[in-house]
Amino acid sequence: MELDIVGLSRLQFAMTALYHFLFVPLTLGLSVLVAIMETVYVMSSRPIWRQMTKFWGTLFGINFAMGVATGIVMEFQFGMNWSYYSHYVGDIFGAPLALEGLMAFFMEATFVGLFFFGWDRLSKVSHLAVTWLVAIATNFSALWILIANGWMQNPVGATFNPQTMRMEIHDFAAVIFNPVAQAKFVHTVSAGYVVASIFVLGVSAWYLLKGRHGELAKRSMTVAASFGLAASLSVVVLGDESGYLSTEHQKMKLAAVEAMWHTEPAPAAFTLFGLPDQDARETHYAIHIPWVMGLIGTRSLTTEIPGIHDLVDLAKVRIRQGIRAYDALEQIRAENSVKAISPPLAERFEADGHLLGYALLLKRYVDDPRQATDAQIDQAAWDTVPQVAPLFWSFRVMVILGMFFIVLTATFFVLSARRRLDAHPWLLKVAVAAIPLPWIAAECGWIVAELGRQPWSIEGVLPTAVAVSNLGVTTVLTTLIGFATLYTGLLVIEMKLMLKAIRKGPEHEHVRSPGGTVPILGHSGMLRTAPMISEE
Amino acid sequence: MILYELMDYDTLRVIWWALLGALLVGFAVTDGFDLGTGALLTAVGRTDLERRVVINTVGPVWEGNQVWLILGGGAIFAAWPQLYAVSFSGFYFAMFAILLALIIRPVAFKFRSKHESRRWRSAWDWSLVIGGIIPAVVFGVAMGNVLQGVPFRLAPDMRIFYDGAFLDLLNPFALLCGLVSLAMMLMHGAAWLVLKTDDDVAVRARRYGLVAAVAVLVLYALAGVALWTGIEGYRVTSSIVTDGPSNPLFKTAVSQTGAWFGNYLAHPWTMAAPVSGLVGAMLAVLGLCLRWERVTLVVSSASIAGIVLSVGASMFPFILPSSIQPSASLTVWDASSSHLTLFIMLIGTCIFLPLIVAYTTWVYRVLWGKVTASDIQDGRGHAY
Repeated sequence: MELDIVGLSRLQFAMTALYHFLFVPLTLGLSVLVAIMETVYVMSSRPIWRQMTKFWGTLFGINFAMGVATGIVMEFQFGMNWSYYSHYVGDIFGAPLALEGLMAFFMEATFVGLFFFGWDRLSKVSHLAVTWLVAIATNFSALWILIANGWMQNPVGATFNPQTMRMEIHDFAAVIFNPVAQAKFVHTVSAGYVVASIFVLGVSAWYLLKGRHGELAKRSMTVAASFGLAASLSVVVLGDESGYLSTEHQKMKLAAVEAMWHTEPAPAAFTLFGLPDQDARETHYAIHIPWVMGLIGTRSLTTEIPGIHDLVDLAKVRIRQGIRAYDALEQIRAENSVKAISPPLAERFEADGHLLGYALLLKRYVDDPRQATDAQIDQAAWDTVPQVAPLFWSFRVMVILGMFFIVLTATFFVLSARRRLDAHPWLLKVAVAAIPLPWIAAECGWIVAELGRQPWSIEGVLPTAVAVSNLGVTTVLTTLIGFATLYTGLLVIEMKLMLKAIRKGPEHEHVRSPGGTVPILGHSGMLRTAPMISEE
Repeated sequence: MILYELMDYDTLRVIWWALLGALLVGFAVTDGFDLGTGALLTAVGRTDLERRVVINTVGPVWEGNQVWLILGGGAIFAAWPQLYAVSFSGFYFAMFAILLALIIRPVAFKFRSKHESRRWRSAWDWSLVIGGIIPAVVFGVAMGNVLQGVPFRLAPDMRIFYDGAFLDLLNPFALLCGLVSLAMMLMHGAAWLVLKTDDDVAVRARRYGLVAAVAVLVLYALAGVALWTGIEGYRVTSSIVTDGPSNPLFKTAVSQTGAWFGNYLAHPWTMAAPVSGLVGAMLAVLGLCLRWERVTLVVSSASIAGIVLSVGASMFPFILPSSIQPSASLTVWDASSSHLTLFIMLIGTCIFLPLIVAYTTWVYRVLWGKVTASDIQDGRGHAY
């Protein structure tokens, strides 16, 4: 990647997004886990569950603040660094972002304050309702963001308006019920649940290894293992749905993820291992498993999955059609009038207008795509191939980790059912060591989804290279360094605080009684004095 | 979807122009007091305990307040995409400064009291002070530049080119607007603290509030005079199709001295906005002197709302004028989203905005009452 304005803007967006996505999955999952724990507390009235809610809630809170802080940057960056993108698709893309604020984020941010400050001001049931509202709103946030992101992958329900020079919506329902967005939402949310489950599992395992807070740790593990097992099963199944959908909507992404240079006779083989070589356009040392890819990608034995070479040939055809649309557009623009476009001209544009984006791919090489040489068209067509090696590897790392999470959570689910959670210290050590793995899987998933979308910012509509703001290289470099420095500092501080909170363990529970406050749970987590629990 | 044609495109555009104002007022009034509270933190809180009192007054609500800004950003993106594109990329470093402040603030709130060390706490306290001052000033400076016109051009394919340098933003009039904005946030933060605290903290807050409210009066009046005498407004010179396609290049416009006062002369009722700005600040002075705690917060809000709305009222139909290509200026009639998007977003707003107001009110009621030093020492119900 060149470090020009496009490269730097991409780097900044990727960095801030990956960083934001360190906090989001944990927030998504912990909000639900905490709500489950508090539900058990309200139903059973056993204070240990209140202590668990508060303890995991504290970790949720530290993480939530970072998620909010880094999330604002994401929203502002579209306008700051991707102003042509904002103009070009704001009519569609802006709506889910605004609705996310209206419907989800406002609720989440308003009630999260009460979650922490409302313990003594609300009844048990009201507080539980607040906690669930936070959890639900957090998950709704993810829905709207993934509707926006799903539209970037599969831009349905919108057409280009030559008078305003931008995409405009014509079918809002299609945007909301975009199958790609729906598949992404369930996949991403499940991934968040896995992150949080493994986090709770790992931290609790560490307590058991240290012989601390046993009661809290075991109960937390039971919740995390069962929730995590369900989540990791669904993340894999729903990830498969995502793969199936990209066969339909993003054939090039699928071909790149599989390093499939040539169309194979159906059903295609799955490449288990290999070293993809972008320049040579082949994969060295490939190990194939016959049939598997065809089955996953098409769910049939007879449908072909197109390879990269064939897709590039298709792109060449589309670029030529796109140039015809561009020509019609230039004539419309020359009229520069508020009045309706003359019918023959409108007809000419409509014939190829949906492929206008392919002509814009040439903007990297020539100002006026109509002047492009055959060599430039070839080059632009090959630009439609994303970076194969990182996609190939990120995908495989993600899948292997996904399988591992099923095994891990299933193991602890069985141990918990047999009440033998602390029977095998080596398993507890595995659980502790596994804490960072779901993050790696989640970030790999992001790389597959977003790097796999390149060179498009909106698949087939707007190339990334055209979408940037006209800023100076030093300007973007300055903010890139600024964000990197600040984020690194904050990440270190956040990790320290999380570790401090974990090391400190749960707070002593104070229960108010007429005679004053009585500590009922000691630092070791053992029940000391709790003859009567009189709350509120 | 035929339903959306029940509402005219131009009506929707005016409604969204008003909603843009409402969101900005929502942000300035709610996040305004916690920015102001943050900025006053070290001045009104001398001891660690006092500072914790101050922080805990906004502790449960700053997150929700900040969402007004996020919602404002999202709404501008959805309803005024070209405005979002031009202003966010044009004010690049200013936006960056706001972002830094908005990243630091949540973290400072959450992290400050998690560690006993004095140096740790004082570092986060000062981050809250700076994190409160920067957005307040930058928003004012941005408004000051919008009133003067921003040096951007639009190419025929709507690409945006920006010819200004960051330092050009810091011109005298813009800095004056920055000070107005800072003074009003400080006045508002002080009004909040007077209501939510007692003892020394409240006494000091009252003192700072008085100074700030007088500053709002003087600086805002000064800015008005400067706008009248020294700043050129803008005027559309061609005919304009109010329900036409959103393409700013379909019209022509020029800059003209005094144009920003045309609306007040043509529609005297719009004078209500600047009058509310001035009278609100006067009443805030009075309220602080007479210890009408609740009234002070209300009139301070009215002052802020009036000042924010007066900018919109004087510029209508302009939203973002261009100083180097006036015809590319963004106006209400040619910078909005499509008819259908505006309609859908309006439906969403009509459903969710009342809900937001309802549950926000409920949360404030649950948290009603002063935060005192003994509450903090008890550790009951106060998380920071």
